Amino acid sequence: MPSTKNNWLTPATKMGLSIALATGLYGISFGALSIAAGLNLWQTVALSALMFTGGSQFAFIGVLSGGGAASAAFSAATLLGVRNAVYGMQIKQSLRPSPRLVPFMAQVTIDESTATSLGQASLSERHRGFWTAGLGVYVLWNLFTLVGALLGERMGDPAAWGLDGAAVAAFLGLLWPRLKSAQPVFVACAAAIVTAFAVPLTVPGVPILITAGCAVLFAVLTGRHTKPATEHGQLHQVDQEKS
Amino acid sequence: MSELSWWLLGACAAAFALKISGYFVPRRVLDSPLMSHVAATLTVALLASLVTMNAVTSGQELIIDARIGALAAATIALIFKAPYLVVVLVGALAAVALRATGLAA
Repeated sequence: MPSTKNNWLTPATKMGLSIALATGLYGISFGALSIAAGLNLWQTVALSALMFTGGSQFAFIGVLSGGGAASAAFSAATLLGVRNAVYGMQIKQSLRPSPRLVPFMAQVTIDESTATSLGQASLSERHRGFWTAGLGVYVLWNLFTLVGALLGERMGDPAAWGLDGAAVAAFLGLLWPRLKSAQPVFVACAAAIVTAFAVPLTVPGVPILITAGCAVLFAVLTGRHTKPATEHGQLHQVDQEKS
Repeated sequence: MSELSWWLLGACAAAFALKISGYFVPRRVLDSPLMSHVAATLTVALLASLVTMNAVTSGQELIIDARIGALAAATIALIFKAPYLVVVLVGALAAVALRATGLAA
């Protein structure tokens, strides 16, 4: 009988755990900043447990600490969360989840779980990547939010530990395996340029949506020239693996 | 409950509604060959956008700081086929090293 440890520690789970640790530790900075922005402990904890999408959470407290109204904080957070709807579509297409699981999957459908899952080759690895990163980030993000909220500014800035560098490397590491032919390299470079141009011109949360819109447009325009048979083949394979 | 708490809970509900809305798109629509191509392209674009935002932006500003060093170090690690966790650690260490030596903010 093979050891369960080896079965469990696949490349996808290792990736999921790495990204969960790097992201989860960032919860400290969210917890500390949220208290500094004037929220109480329960409001801070509720944001991480219920909203659970880092960008939106930082936007919510960022608007408040800048003196903005609660309604403006609501709008900024919601705008930043729109990308999670795109992620939900991709996860549904890629993982074919059972309807019972969807409410739970939806709550952990974030940058990290989506990216880890879509970076895997096989269906089982995509499942493992999604759940390891999703639940891993959920547990650690909430735990460290509480730590940051209780210890406050004494914890200092996570950038001092290089966690911002870890996040850059984590997302690049997920993108890298996909850059195997000219078209994805072109798409990646174009997406980076569009994002960089959109950031100073639009409010946070919009650049990634503009980039997504451009990517969809490009894909639709080039889609006619691709061979649909390959895509169908992959989908049949997904169905076989699932059954 | 304060007014802020109501807005906060409303924002949490909206966040969940957005997350789950993607799962309500019919599978028939998602499974068309064109949508598969769109999804593959979109994945690359979203990841590249996340890399860019994490590497060179802060709020609405474009900033070159230690994170660009982390990006370069991670790229080198990936070229040498380092395992994923090593790539992440290299990114963190590069950022720490650049700040400690005063080479970048």
